Amino acid sequence: MLNEIFPDEIPRALQHMLEHDQADGPTTLPRRSFLKIVGIGGLALGAFPHLALAQEANGGAAAPLKPNQQPSAFVQIAPNGEVTVTINRLEFGQGVQTSLPMILAEELDADWSLVRARNGNGDAAYQDPIFGVHLTGGSNSIKNSYTQYRELGARARAMLLAAAAARWNVDANSLSTQAGTVLGPAGRKASYGELAEAAMALPVPEKVTLKDPKEFRIIGHATTRIDAKAKSSGQQDFGIDMHLPGQLTAVVAHPPVFGARIASLDDSAARATQGVKAVLRVPLDGGAEGVAVLADGYWQAKLARDALKLEWDLASVEKVDSEKQLLQYRELAGQPGPLRFDADMTPLATATHQLEAEFVFPYLAHAPMEPLNCTVQLNEGRAELWVGTQFPGGDSAAAAKVLNLKPEQIQMNVQTAGGGFGRRGVPTGDFVVLACEVAKAARAAGLNAPVRTLWSREDDIKGGYYRPMHLHRARIGFDESGKVLAWDHALVGQSILTGTVFGGRVKNGIDPTATEGMRDPYPLPMRLTVHHPNVNVPILWWRSVGSTHTAFVMETLIDEIARTTKQDPVAYRMKLFADQSPRHRAALQLAVDKSEYGKRPLPAGHAWGVAVHESFSSVVAYVVQASLEDGRPVLHQVTAGVHCNLVVNPRSVEAQVQGAALMGLSMCLPGGAITLKDGVVQQSNFADFSVPRITDMPEIAVHIVPSAEPPTGMGEPGLPPLAPAFANAIASLTGKPLRELPFKMT
Amino acid sequence: MSALNINGREYTVDVDPSTPILWTLRDTLGMTGTKFGCGAALCGACTVHLDGQAIRSCVTPIAAAQGKKITTIEAATDGSDPVGTAVHEAWVKHDVAQCGYCQSGQIMSATAFLKAQPKGKQPTAAEIDSAMAGNICRCGTYARIRVAVADAAKTLA
Repeated sequence: MLNEIFPDEIPRALQHMLEHDQADGPTTLPRRSFLKIVGIGGLALGAFPHLALAQEANGGAAAPLKPNQQPSAFVQIAPNGEVTVTINRLEFGQGVQTSLPMILAEELDADWSLVRARNGNGDAAYQDPIFGVHLTGGSNSIKNSYTQYRELGARARAMLLAAAAARWNVDANSLSTQAGTVLGPAGRKASYGELAEAAMALPVPEKVTLKDPKEFRIIGHATTRIDAKAKSSGQQDFGIDMHLPGQLTAVVAHPPVFGARIASLDDSAARATQGVKAVLRVPLDGGAEGVAVLADGYWQAKLARDALKLEWDLASVEKVDSEKQLLQYRELAGQPGPLRFDADMTPLATATHQLEAEFVFPYLAHAPMEPLNCTVQLNEGRAELWVGTQFPGGDSAAAAKVLNLKPEQIQMNVQTAGGGFGRRGVPTGDFVVLACEVAKAARAAGLNAPVRTLWSREDDIKGGYYRPMHLHRARIGFDESGKVLAWDHALVGQSILTGTVFGGRVKNGIDPTATEGMRDPYPLPMRLTVHHPNVNVPILWWRSVGSTHTAFVMETLIDEIARTTKQDPVAYRMKLFADQSPRHRAALQLAVDKSEYGKRPLPAGHAWGVAVHESFSSVVAYVVQASLEDGRPVLHQVTAGVHCNLVVNPRSVEAQVQGAALMGLSMCLPGGAITLKDGVVQQSNFADFSVPRITDMPEIAVHIVPSAEPPTGMGEPGLPPLAPAFANAIASLTGKPLRELPFKMT
Repeated sequence: MSALNINGREYTVDVDPSTPILWTLRDTLGMTGTKFGCGAALCGACTVHLDGQAIRSCVTPIAAAQGKKITTIEAATDGSDPVGTAVHEAWVKHDVAQCGYCQSGQIMSATAFLKAQPKGKQPTAAEIDSAMAGNICRCGTYARIRVAVADAAKTLA
């Protein structure tokens, strides 16, 4: 998500959102309150000071460095030498709680065995250094914070060196460091833990020299996650595990059709349920209404919610039906509309080969394993939130709006999350806003306890904010050599960005998150017509966003052209890449070499499949081996070639590719679809919205192209090429292309 | 009032006997290592042991635990149980967890499976898959789960 958003647009959009209802409220934290908030731990013994504090102490001038450049907000060194690094991102599986500390520790020259990690909060220091807002998405964590964390580590190290130089009365240039220790002349040694307090009183250097990457001893080395032990023993706390004194749990009855309001409510049975504290009507997003049941614990709240007698006013809401929607999308695909690309289509009529294809992609739920939740404590003129969110910046603004507070009156505590895949980064902040509405209603009803609003799995699967349904239609004319003469393409699907704080990115009626991944890097003359219908189904980005469908369309059609013109699909792609796409070439070649594609004989009934795709600045190529078992497509082996420039933690990249590949597989297998009938979502839990299990997992080998260029992200790019590679293998077995996800075998 | 034996300790809880073990652990006793994933015995995130058998605590009422022993992730991985310890260590060694949310359930399923293995028998790949098929991991850590279970089995042999 957000990969195409210009750096300055998000803060501007948020600013606008804030100013809209908070005209008199300041939108950034004043410096003094920054210091106080950092004090949640940042001013503990041995922590590095905020620059302003150090310089005030030294009678110095105001800080030229931004909060996100201050070591004080990111690294604490305890007297025992433990180095705690604060991460400016949500840790929700992607491993930033290890890779960001690795980057900082590298330049700090820390003893890795003593490095710990903790989550940042809503403080300005923890905004994305490029976007200027609190955000985890678009596979940007490492890409945007690599230099930031290196510089933070280098600044902290320089301060430790300066402290040692002062202690020994020597020139700091004569000192060196070695894994958490400063080494001086005549065998002098001082641990970082000993020096931290003195270093704290020193000014923060603005300019620092970074290491030559050849000297890296942490970055680039396979490193076990810092949270591996906690996550392998039930000790890791997630947002759902919040347990404040007196805390209540709320479960909310949502309407069966998006946007509906209550016609009648009989809550007598619910109120009579043991442990129930309140039954409250709450506004939901999209003008809808719900009923929150508050009880001591989830189970009582859920039982009581199930006991509500509710009738809904469904007359005034659009009731979506997926089958009818598909017909409407087909109709739309034939209409003229805004053009993303506008090549000349004249050669289409006379081309030797003509190919027509239609693709259908359903709505998809994210279904992170930790159900959505948010805990809210309201006090007079103040609110504190605990939530696993990818977008604390937007959520704070949305919470402030709902609660009639100023943004600085919201304390946002980012909790480690049990997955997200985009669902925890919502422009409207839906589940955070809901939790605030519930807490607000509870307070109005005289309940001042903190309230944890918790979704059931059914609430999650039925709750919207899906990857949008899409229809693609292509007419392609090409010659005997496979040269594409004209490619006329139409894409139909709801716009994710329209109507959100990111709406400014929608240009000429085209949402770039719908078209990303189309055409490029292939040098094709394409005309791309885009339609964004309005549909009463809330939608959202889903791991790898537009590329979840565009990569499938592009990579299966490219394969089909190769098959039609009797060319090897690898050779054909390499020919198209020519000299223009060296990273695509390298990734694909690596996957080809490691898989022994075309060289190794396959078992009878097995076939190779290939796909390569760039998303979020990284390129992933898959060579897969698949077969049909009783007519059912089975994926046996996956070999990945990955180009993400310099790798911070190879183990993490491997894990992300394994996981993204499996999520790509989830789009192919039966049950990987959300459908609606008469406005009602037909799936409700993992029985009918099924996700892959261990028995579906192919063998997977991940290989990374060596590179010294600044790193690009890997949270998403492993997803897009999996489904087309699998489909291409099946198509080469059956001779019939697969053009619908999940796969439909006819 | 219901009496429960959890991780070798006796507890008395004032909750309706139909309340699932999961919510008694999490909301009443504050033992949050056991996770809520689906509420319908479909994902395995809530797996605990009841008299050594892996069960889905989200659909098992505390009434069913009367006179039986509940073991949760907290005890299985605290170093006191050799099988749980081997599984925990293999999980760390192979860096299985991503978001980590489902891993309590995964580890409890793996531990029950390995405890039921005849002494000296190494499970096959198909047996491991079959034993772990009830536990969903949306992050897709299955490749490393396979390796970790096999490695733990080897350690215990």
